[in-house]
Amino acid sequence: MTTGYNFAYLDEATKRMIRRALLKAIAVPGHQVPFGAREMPLPYGWGTGGIQVTASVIGSDDRLKVIDQGADDTTNAISIRRFFARVAGVETTESTTEATIIQTRHRIPETPLREDQVLVYQVPMPEPLFKLEPRVRESTKLHALAEYGLMQVKLYEDIAKQGEVATSYNHPVIVDGRYLMSPSPIPAFDNPKMDMNPAIQLFGAGREKRIYAVPPYTRVESLDFEDHPFRPIRAPHACALCRSTESYLDELITDDRGGRRFICSDTDYCAQRQRT
Amino acid sequence: MYVSVKGGEQAIDAAHTWQAALRRGDAAVPEVSITQLREQLGLAVDRVMAEGACADPELAAQALKQARGDTTEAAFLLRAYRNTLPRLGASLPMDTGAMRVERRISATYKDLPGGQVLGPTFDYTHRLLEFAAPIAAPPVEATEPAAAMPRVSDVLAREGLMARDAPSDAEPADITRDGLRFPADRSLRLQAMARGDEGFLLAMGYSTQRGYGNAHPFVGEIRIGAVSVEIVPPELGFAIDIGEITVSECQMVNQFAGNAEAPPQFTRGYGLVVGRNERKAMAVALVDRAQRAPELGEDVKAPAQDAEFVLYHCDNVESTGFVEHLKLPHYVDFQSELEKLRSLRARWEAERAS
Amino acid sequence: MIAPGFADPGMDSQACFRALLTAMSYPGRIVALPSPTGMPSGLPPAMAALVLALCDEQTPLWQDAGDDAAAWIAFHTGAPAASLEAARFVMVTAALPSLGALCAGTDEEPQDGATLLLQVAALSEGAGWVLQGPGIKDAARLRVDGAPDGFVAARAALAPIFPRGIDIVLCAGDRIAALPRTTRIAESG
Repeated sequence: MTTGYNFAYLDEATKRMIRRALLKAIAVPGHQVPFGAREMPLPYGWGTGGIQVTASVIGSDDRLKVIDQGADDTTNAISIRRFFARVAGVETTESTTEATIIQTRHRIPETPLREDQVLVYQVPMPEPLFKLEPRVRESTKLHALAEYGLMQVKLYEDIAKQGEVATSYNHPVIVDGRYLMSPSPIPAFDNPKMDMNPAIQLFGAGREKRIYAVPPYTRVESLDFEDHPFRPIRAPHACALCRSTESYLDELITDDRGGRRFICSDTDYCAQRQRT
Repeated sequence: MYVSVKGGEQAIDAAHTWQAALRRGDAAVPEVSITQLREQLGLAVDRVMAEGACADPELAAQALKQARGDTTEAAFLLRAYRNTLPRLGASLPMDTGAMRVERRISATYKDLPGGQVLGPTFDYTHRLLEFAAPIAAPPVEATEPAAAMPRVSDVLAREGLMARDAPSDAEPADITRDGLRFPADRSLRLQAMARGDEGFLLAMGYSTQRGYGNAHPFVGEIRIGAVSVEIVPPELGFAIDIGEITVSECQMVNQFAGNAEAPPQFTRGYGLVVGRNERKAMAVALVDRAQRAPELGEDVKAPAQDAEFVLYHCDNVESTGFVEHLKLPHYVDFQSELEKLRSLRARWEAERAS
Repeated sequence: MIAPGFADPGMDSQACFRALLTAMSYPGRIVALPSPTGMPSGLPPAMAALVLALCDEQTPLWQDAGDDAAAWIAFHTGAPAASLEAARFVMVTAALPSLGALCAGTDEEPQDGATLLLQVAALSEGAGWVLQGPGIKDAARLRVDGAPDGFVAARAALAPIFPRGIDIVLCAGDRIAALPRTTRIAESG
């Protein structure tokens, strides 16, 4: 390969640093490990954390899938997939089953993952408490003390005001009974998939320079209350293409008279179902 | 049948082609060369070098051309490139006292050892558009190698009027490797600001002059010029000079009322920026002084004094990325918001009806 | 003369890291690492591979494998020698130091806890210790021949300080199994 860049773009020293951070992230599930994130040739907020994690994990025999909003064909997913095809020369795929590494923005695939698959999340704001405590020094202390009362109070205030928890995506979770963690802006519908998942779940936040992880077979509980249990929601329709009533749906506006259609956000899942 | 947004591949290719066409502009007009940009738009090149955190005018000029003159985009290109370079070593601290000065002014002393050197500046130009005037290339007489030019801060310190910054042999922080950590020590703050966005830092510095941060600044000294960069290769064990870079340095002098431990004296705000950019060096010096509030026992009330606020938001590569990421699709999150809103409305309507 | 480490440093480092990521993610699972060449006799292949893949001038290291090993590691990685307390990587081929002496990180920065590479005689799955915790579906069995006396108890004594702690990689020949700080061990099922 003659791209003029190292395999997978990052230099070896940077990869070593990220790899060390990833290993410690696995060892302390849900804890945000600070790391020396580098500028990437893609902008911050567009997946630089996920890209750095993927670049540090990927090898020449991997098969990479990249999704954005569940779909393989959104422009940013295409752009990231092209990037790795160019700088790492790896095989890419749109199939969840065939992929060994899946980089995602905002979704967990509908098709269940298996052992040894690596799911890499792009994370915009890794700190689950940032809206309640924007000062990183303070939130770091709160994590050290496992002091998560602020978040409980916030969720409870939602319930008092609105009758239910108001977060519909990026709903905070507790990992292995210890760390409060942002699941990244996945819909709350996807939260239960994180729990006891056989795959390795890695999270990269480039601009905020944090890496965290959920090891396989690890308890991930969405924050809730006994009298107001966590309730994942989806649009109450069937997919217009594959008729699934289980999958998470995108809503499409079809005309200016209120017409709409619902189709699966996971394009691979939908295509598989349409084929069979 | 309604087809959801497809054809991303073709769309990207078409967009890149269009962008390339706009970048080139009218093909009948000669293309600018990188050398022309480096030589004739030097301050834009310097800004890209500083915010791109890479002291290489040639690469900065190339980035500026590729970015159609967008300095933020160009800084981003340069940062992304510099990251891929191997780190061969760390330089010794530069001695700006030994600078080959092209400009050196002090607002606190009419004359001082080494003198005032106005140097190249827009300061006293009349800001009139020079219609039709060709850009002349007047001969510039080589200036005498400057005599010793002690820093104004050192002059004041000798009198005991300037608080001395405690010397330290501790390794400075390295923002390019470790990122921001809080509490951020001064070396980390100054590094973050050296590559921070000029406009943001200018506004922050300005705010300290308008009551947000209790500043009473004087320009002790601004100096711009070439400084030697030295490294100690491990196999040699002694310092060698690997070349010169041009930097802008500003030392702001601020009054300090004193406290139980320290007498009333001046304190320093410091700014150092790669390239010729005294506006930014001055802004950094103002903000640096503001951020020393905790160390000097002053109340932290204003935005410029809040290191987390300033440092987390001064990097334009970070901020432009995250602001602009809002144009990426958010169908999934928005969909869950839609469903949530419908659910909340149904509940609201049911409650109102009952 | 100091001989080459990995045949293909970039790719072998990646393969080695990936194997360790699997081992750390599924505690008790045994994985093989690509072997470097030319290391001194005191340095077991798996340890040499892990050091090449993970260490550099940013990782203070303590080791007991002797001067030849020290020279080889310094040449290939630049990792500075450090005291047991300050080391990020600790390589033990002989007597196990007190685990309490190793850096366990802080509650705010638990990632600073050391990684201990510990040489053992042999590893096999399906019998021996019963492991539980994150990364393990119900329970995993790992048999470790040649673990230091009192190892399980010494390690268990660190559990209450979580999230502080140390993470351990057991090395036998070119094979490893990992015990992150979250793994609980019972000596028999």
